[in-house]
Amino acid sequence: MDFFFVLVFLGLAGLFVFGGLFASRLLAPHRPDANKNATYECGERPIGTGWVQFNVGYYLFALLFLIFDVEAAFLYPWAVALRELGVAGLIEAGLFILVLVFGLVYAWRKGVLEWV
Amino acid sequence: MSSWEVKTIAQRAAEAMPESVLAGAGYVLLAVGFAAAFMALMGMALIYAERKVAAHFQCRLGPMRVGPHGIFQTVADTIKLLFKEDIVPSQSDKLLHLFAPYLSMMATLLALLVLPMSPVVQIADMNIGVLYVTAVTGFGVLGVLLAGWSSNNKWSLLGAMRAGAQIISYEVSATMALLVVVMFSGSMQLSKIVESQAEGWWIWRAPVIGLVSFVIFLIASLAEISRTPFDLPEGESELTAGFHTEYSGLRFAMFFLAEFINMFIVAGMAATLFLGGWMPFHIGGFDTFNSVMDLLPPGAWFSLKSGLVVFLIMWFRWTFPRLRVDQLMKLEWKILLPIGFVNLFAAAASVVFGWYFFPIR
Repeated sequence: MDFFFVLVFLGLAGLFVFGGLFASRLLAPHRPDANKNATYECGERPIGTGWVQFNVGYYLFALLFLIFDVEAAFLYPWAVALRELGVAGLIEAGLFILVLVFGLVYAWRKGVLEWV
Repeated sequence: MSSWEVKTIAQRAAEAMPESVLAGAGYVLLAVGFAAAFMALMGMALIYAERKVAAHFQCRLGPMRVGPHGIFQTVADTIKLLFKEDIVPSQSDKLLHLFAPYLSMMATLLALLVLPMSPVVQIADMNIGVLYVTAVTGFGVLGVLLAGWSSNNKWSLLGAMRAGAQIISYEVSATMALLVVVMFSGSMQLSKIVESQAEGWWIWRAPVIGLVSFVIFLIASLAEISRTPFDLPEGESELTAGFHTEYSGLRFAMFFLAEFINMFIVAGMAATLFLGGWMPFHIGGFDTFNSVMDLLPPGAWFSLKSGLVVFLIMWFRWTFPRLRVDQLMKLEWKILLPIGFVNLFAAAASVVFGWYFFPIR
């Protein structure tokens, strides 16, 4: 039943956004022209398209994020059951986290974390 | 000490469904109506509060004209936005441009679904609550990236890329802080986490660790919802409002509303996880003191706590200057994340060896 409500709320979000926009389309004026619909670039005519290549730094941070987020997903079940696992669970997860911390230290030393 | 019986709207619907489908559907409608009304009213209230708080921090009065002390100002603004022309740039990817506000709104609404506001005011309560909130708020970044990309505008793209890098980076730290609470309460279900704080809130019951993870969670969440001092994806003075440069009228209003409700959700989650949610201020063993605290109903406790955190977030806006991109990344990867790891390990040790106040019932 809980996840049925998730479906219902997906629909509600659609109703909220698209219903609102539909109402706005009925109420608001709609008189597009070439200058109004031009891409905004502080009053200048835009040079080229906005779909350009961007800094590779963003990509490296995305990779790092992926590693640590998957790690967190692994740690959730461990965190729930930690009380039953006791010291053995503590040591095992400690080793797991340690390996990832080494990864972070490696990235740090390689200068990946510097923003250029 | 009085005990609380948690009963969510989803549970009520599931119970009513076998007997009469109509009653079950009624509960579904109740949930939908509640969420829609909550979004609209809370959004307006928060925008009004933001303007008033900002005004008083700067020794101004803020909106005063529409209604007593200007309380209908945001209503007027919403109506104005409804009558504004919806301008879609001809260069943009029109389908994705339309879809981006939906993704933002969806992330916000789905997170609202599980927020426990009182034992009876909670729509659904799944057993993976904390993980679910992390997962659905992740959709928000997709909305932002999509908005920036589909606009086909250099400012938008730059703002969206900054926002993406910022949100995913700080998500790691926020998760580290969430894991600490999951460990202490031994459950991911939000109502169980609240109930596990019946003897005291995690912020003080787990000595130092609770406070550290609360601070990490607050900083990381502020960055995730791009509030000041982490509002550089939207820096109006440098990026002309970033990812929503090309959004106008009601489409812009959807982003704006989602952003403000996100602020409430962050405050509500911080209150639920670290400040006991709807649980009154209890100290284990002091039964007389606890029964006095029980006089105030749980819903009022939740409102007080989340309201306090919302005020704190607004306060930050007028206290801290905006960070630079390199400072932002340095703060996350070189300061917050190492502290988060150490804190996580300390929390694990204190759970295993029982170094916290009052046992879990």
